[in-house]
Amino acid sequence: MAAAKKTPVTITCAGPLNGALSGVLTWVDARFPLVKMWEEQWGKYVAPKNFNFWYYFGSLSAFVLVLQIATGIFLTMNYKPDAAQAFASVEYIMRDVWGGWFIRYMHSTGASLFFICIYLHMFRALLYGSYRKPRELLWIFGMLIYLCLMAEAFFGYLLPWGQMSYWGAQVIVNLFGAVPFIGEDLSIWIRGDYVVSDATLNRFFAFHVIAIPLVLLGLVAAHLTALHEVGSNNPDGVEIKNQPKDPQTGLPLDGIYSHPYYTVKDALGVVVFLIVFSVIMFFVPEMGGYFLEYNNFIPADSLKTPPHIAPVWYFTPYYSILRAIPPLFNSQFPGVLGMGAATMIMFLLPWLDRSPVKSIRYKGPVFKGALTIFVIVFLVLGYLGTEPTNVWGQFGAWMGNADVATVVARICTAIYFLFFILMPWYSKIDECKPEPARLTW
Amino acid sequence: MAATGVVGGVAAAATAVPFAGSMFPSERAKAAGAPVEADISSLAPGEMKIVEWRGKPVWIVSRTKEMLDGIQKNNGRVSDPKSEVPLQPDYAKNEYRSIKPEIIVLEGVCSHLGCSPQLKSVEAKNDMGQDWTGGFFCPCHGSKFDFAGRVFAGSPAPVNLRVPPYKFVGDAKIIIGDDSKGA
Repeated sequence: MAAAKKTPVTITCAGPLNGALSGVLTWVDARFPLVKMWEEQWGKYVAPKNFNFWYYFGSLSAFVLVLQIATGIFLTMNYKPDAAQAFASVEYIMRDVWGGWFIRYMHSTGASLFFICIYLHMFRALLYGSYRKPRELLWIFGMLIYLCLMAEAFFGYLLPWGQMSYWGAQVIVNLFGAVPFIGEDLSIWIRGDYVVSDATLNRFFAFHVIAIPLVLLGLVAAHLTALHEVGSNNPDGVEIKNQPKDPQTGLPLDGIYSHPYYTVKDALGVVVFLIVFSVIMFFVPEMGGYFLEYNNFIPADSLKTPPHIAPVWYFTPYYSILRAIPPLFNSQFPGVLGMGAATMIMFLLPWLDRSPVKSIRYKGPVFKGALTIFVIVFLVLGYLGTEPTNVWGQFGAWMGNADVATVVARICTAIYFLFFILMPWYSKIDECKPEPARLTW
Repeated sequence: MAATGVVGGVAAAATAVPFAGSMFPSERAKAAGAPVEADISSLAPGEMKIVEWRGKPVWIVSRTKEMLDGIQKNNGRVSDPKSEVPLQPDYAKNEYRSIKPEIIVLEGVCSHLGCSPQLKSVEAKNDMGQDWTGGFFCPCHGSKFDFAGRVFAGSPAPVNLRVPPYKFVGDAKIIIGDDSKGA
């Protein structure tokens, strides 16, 4: 290598420190592509200028990820991953550790809000066709992040060692027991014991604090790199890269720099988000049993299942699907398969959508109707998953005294899958409007 | 080059074995599964006693005449009335799934996803429907079982509750986890 590059970096935003900072950055930049990375990933990243409300949730998800990692590190300092001490150590954090309750509620509230952000972020992709070519891989990275998050949430939920932690883990690990032939051994291998026990808690801790977060961070980096490679979609679903360049700026006609425009926009999003976050954290951290379930304030007891078991709200749509599918040939594997398929099928979205346009703005009534029904079905499944199966009573003898909620869940499960399976057909026959040449805002 | 790559790959795979193996139950966890003894001298008719064996709840229910009659009535409504699926030792593969008709021993672990069902008495008709003759109800996913641990058709649970190996020692004592004839 020859001598370091000589391109000086000039800082103009730091007042009296401009000179010193410019010197430091010039020195660093000659040895590490810092300025180049910043400009590629954000500083000179050109984005469509019509981002709306739905575009807050990507940056908010990243923000919550940072919160979860920061609070998690501090919780680890006082938590004990030991079946005999775990429950008490969480109470110790809540009562005796200075600021412990604050950090723990931040972590538990953050978990639920993470999923709210992610679900809204994913819904945005559905609205505007953000998974369509050339963003298929971007979508796949996103789906992998979603799966990792579910694993992270599941492993983390065992740690407080309450009744819901314990029995939730018991149910989920037994899902693997339904795999034909190797199921029994597989679930023993996952637990490290014949029942959920200290060995299980210890390894879930390892997965929750190190294994999954490492994978998650890698995937987030891949997701962002892919995004900044192909460029952002937008509410019109029109590629700004195909537009003529503005003669003065050299940018696509409807493109603007992320910095400072979207830096400011996302900062506003963070402020509003923090207000909502604080209200929940300080006034309703349990959120009526939805964010922190009441039964989890009872220490785990391997001999006594709580009267009603439900996962935390973000898993309930899939849990409903699991419950809805009846056993076949003395095996509950179909239900487990159905639950897995419900998440996996979303990976295929880029290839299922055959519409000539990307955005819901130009899609026809058929797709709009299908998406509306899908959202309703997803919410109904989510609600039913939080309730016992007899929540809506039983049908009369003419329906074999079946639980109303179970029948509704079965219908919703069918519609859930039909939304995806029929998409290649209905997205193609739909009467779409023509896409505009310029963005609208 | 290729040979080096293959040898390296085999070595890497072999190294992964102890890592995966470390996740199986340890010797200590395996040793904790010894048989347990239950005293049933004080178990009144209709009552249930729960003992722990291998970390799982094991139920011992003393069944009344009414409960046994209820089991007979359910033959048409349970998935596996004759206990064809081998979830019980051979000596418990009979109409009441037990050695003695009045004493049933069951693992209190739902065959669906491992929750522990609850006892719902013969009187629980308001909860469980007018044709209920007593049995167990799993709170997690709503599976229903009769007093022989047989699953009702239409439940999420695919098969009956498991009967663990057990034996009587005299009339007042049951050993769970051991059914050897000697001693």
